[in-house]
Amino acid sequence: MKKKFKLEDLDCANCAAKMEDAIKKIAGVNDANVSFMAQKMTIEAEDDRFDEIMKEVVAVCAKVEPDCKILL
Amino acid sequence: MTKKQKTMLYRIIVSFVILAALMICEHLGIFGALSGTWLLLPAYAVPYLIIGYDIIYKAARNIRNGQIFDENFLMMLATFGAFGVREYSEAAAVMLFYQVGELFQSYAVGKSRQSISDMMDICPEYANIEQDGELVQVDPDDVEVGSMIVVKPGERVPLDGIVTEGESYVDTAALTGESVPRKVSVGKEIFSGCVNGSGTLKIQTTKEFDDSTVAKILELVENAGSKKARTEKFITKFAKYYTPVVTVGAVLLALIPPLILGGNFGEWIQRACTFLVISCPCALVISVPLGFFGGIGAASRMGVLVKGGNYLEAVAEMTTIVFDKTGTLTKGEFRVTEILPEPGVSDRQNADQELLELAALGESYSNHPIAVSIREAFEEKGGKIDMGRVSDAEEIAGHGILVKVDDREVLLGNEKLMQREQISYKPVLSAGTVVYAACEKQFLGALVISDVVKEGAAEAIRDMKKVGVKKSVMLTGDRKQAAEAVAAELGIDEVHAELLPGDKVDIVEMLLKQQKGHEKLAFAGDGINDAPVLTRADIGIAMGSMGSDAAIEAADVVLMDDDVRKIAGVVQCARKTLRIVKQNIVFALGVKALVLILGALGMANMWEAVFADVGVAVIAIMNSMRALKTDESKM
Repeated sequence: MKKKFKLEDLDCANCAAKMEDAIKKIAGVNDANVSFMAQKMTIEAEDDRFDEIMKEVVAVCAKVEPDCKILL
Repeated sequence: MTKKQKTMLYRIIVSFVILAALMICEHLGIFGALSGTWLLLPAYAVPYLIIGYDIIYKAARNIRNGQIFDENFLMMLATFGAFGVREYSEAAAVMLFYQVGELFQSYAVGKSRQSISDMMDICPEYANIEQDGELVQVDPDDVEVGSMIVVKPGERVPLDGIVTEGESYVDTAALTGESVPRKVSVGKEIFSGCVNGSGTLKIQTTKEFDDSTVAKILELVENAGSKKARTEKFITKFAKYYTPVVTVGAVLLALIPPLILGGNFGEWIQRACTFLVISCPCALVISVPLGFFGGIGAASRMGVLVKGGNYLEAVAEMTTIVFDKTGTLTKGEFRVTEILPEPGVSDRQNADQELLELAALGESYSNHPIAVSIREAFEEKGGKIDMGRVSDAEEIAGHGILVKVDDREVLLGNEKLMQREQISYKPVLSAGTVVYAACEKQFLGALVISDVVKEGAAEAIRDMKKVGVKKSVMLTGDRKQAAEAVAAELGIDEVHAELLPGDKVDIVEMLLKQQKGHEKLAFAGDGINDAPVLTRADIGIAMGSMGSDAAIEAADVVLMDDDVRKIAGVVQCARKTLRIVKQNIVFALGVKALVLILGALGMANMWEAVFADVGVAVIAIMNSMRALKTDESKM
C-alpha cells in the first residue's frame, strides 16, 4: 500500500534526507520518499502491518527531526 | 511571513540592538579595564542566548537522540569555541548572522514553494450537484461516475465528463499552456482543470476524481520529485560525507598543529570553529532539488509534463529525436492538399474551384473519408452543396464512383477507373491518395488527398536543430514516396518508411547504439501502440491529447496539447535548469573550499565562514528560483 502524508514544519532539506533514510530502514517499508519541497512524505509498506509501521515511522521521525509533525 | 518567521525576526532585532550597543560601548572604552576579560562574558551572553537558545536546545536534544552531526550542534560548538577563546562579540554575532541567514533561507524556500504550488493550483475544490432543484457544493471526491454536475461561469471544471447542456468557451491554460479558449458544446468531452468561460454548463461525469485528468496531472507532478536526477543523487551522497569530514578536519586542525608546532591552542581552536560553521551542506541540499523542481514546474506551465528530475536531465542531453509520423508530425486526418485541374479545360482562375465543386457534388452521397475530406475542402472555401444537382450515384467497388451532376456524367476515382473507362488521363506522382475526375469522358484533373502536416511541425524541427538536437528521424508505416515528401517538407534528416509496428523498436534500438557517451535519444509518438518504443528510448515523449491515459502512463514527457513545437522549449528549459544547478554546485563548493583553506591558514574569520554557509545558501536558492521562470517568447 502506498500512502501520502503531509508534513508540517519540515525546515531543513538535510533533515528530510535523514528522515527518508531512517524510514527506509524500518522493517516492512518498501519505499519512502520525503519531499522537502512539497512538504510531503510517501510511504510504501506492507498492507497488513501498515498502521504498525506508521507508528514506527512517527517514532523515527520524532528522533531525527522532532520539530517536524506528520499529519496522519 | 509565517508566525514563526516573525517571532524570529523580533528576536533578531532585539539581539542585534543589544549586541550593537555592547560593541559600541566596548569600542568607546566605556568598559575600561573590563575589556577583554572574562567579566564581559555575562553581558555578551544576553544577546547570544536571545538569538541562540533554540539552537542550543535543539543541539542538546538531538545529541540525546543520537543525531550528532547536525548544524545546530556544529553552530553551538563553533560559538562555544569562540567564547572559549574570549571572542565574545564574534560568538554572538556569528549566531545572529546564522539565524538571519536561516530566516532568509526559510523565507526564500517558502516563497518558491508557494510559487510552485500556485502554478499547480489547478485542483478544483468543489463540484456543484443539483439536489431537489437546488445546487449543492460537494467534494469532487464524492461525485459518482455518471452524475450530473453544473459548472457556473468562472468556475473550474471539477471532473472529466461530457457536456449535456449549455455552450461555453473554456480556458485550458492550466492543462495545456494554450491561452486561446476552447469552445465546448453539447456532446463534447470536457476535462477537469479547465476554467469555464461565460456560459453555464451541465456535465455528465465520465470518471471519478482520482482518475480524472486533473488528479492524474497533480499526481505526476508531485511524484516527479521522487525520480531524482543523477546530480541530485550525487549531492545527497556528497552531503552525507561532507559534514563528518569537515568536522573531523576541524578537530584535527584544533589539535595537531599546536601539538606539533607548539604554541597557542586558542588560535587554532578559532580556526577550527571557522571550519565548523562551514560544515553544513545546506546550500546544495536545498538548491539542487529546488532547481529541478522549478524546471519541472516551468515545463508544466508550458503544458509539458516532465515526470522527474532524471528525465529533465536526459532532455538536456538530447541529441537525436525520433518521430512517429502519424499523429505526431501529421494530424492523422485526411485533407485535400492539392488541386490539379487539367489546363485548357476551363478558364484558369476558377479552374480549381470548379474542379473541387464537381468532385464535392459527385462525392456528396458517399461517407468514405476521402469523400468527406473533399466535401469539407469545398465547404471551407465557401461552397454549398446542392444535392438537387446530383443524381444516379453508382459506386464502382475498388475504382470510384459514377454519378450525374447537372445531368452530365461524372467519374471520380483512381487510375484504374480512368483506364477502365478509357479516358486519357495524366498520372499524378504525388505522395497522397489521388482522385481523378472526368466529365462526359473528358479528363478534368485530379485532387490529391493526404494526411496534413501539423501546424508548426516544420518550425518545431527547425527550433530543435537550433537548440542543439543534431539528428531527426521519422518512422512511418506509409509508402516511401509519401514519407519522403513529408520528411522533405519538414526538414527531417532520416526516414524509415513502410514499417510494420514491430520494426519501430528495432530501428530505435539501432539508433540507440549509434549514440555516444551521454547523448540521449528521444522518441515522440502519439502514444497509441507506441508503448514499447516509448519505454525503450531514453526519453519517451507522448502526445497527451488531454486524457489519453495510456500515453501519459508510458511516456517520460507528455505534451499536453500535442504541439511538437514545445519540445524545443522543453530542451531549453532543461538546459537552463541544468545550467543553474551546475552553477550552484560549483559556486557553493568553490566558496566553501576557498573559505576552508583560508580558514585553515588563519586568513578567514567567522564572518566569512558564516557567509560561506548561509550567504551561499541564500544566493544558491535565489539562483535556483530562476529555473521556475519561463521565457514567454519561447513558449
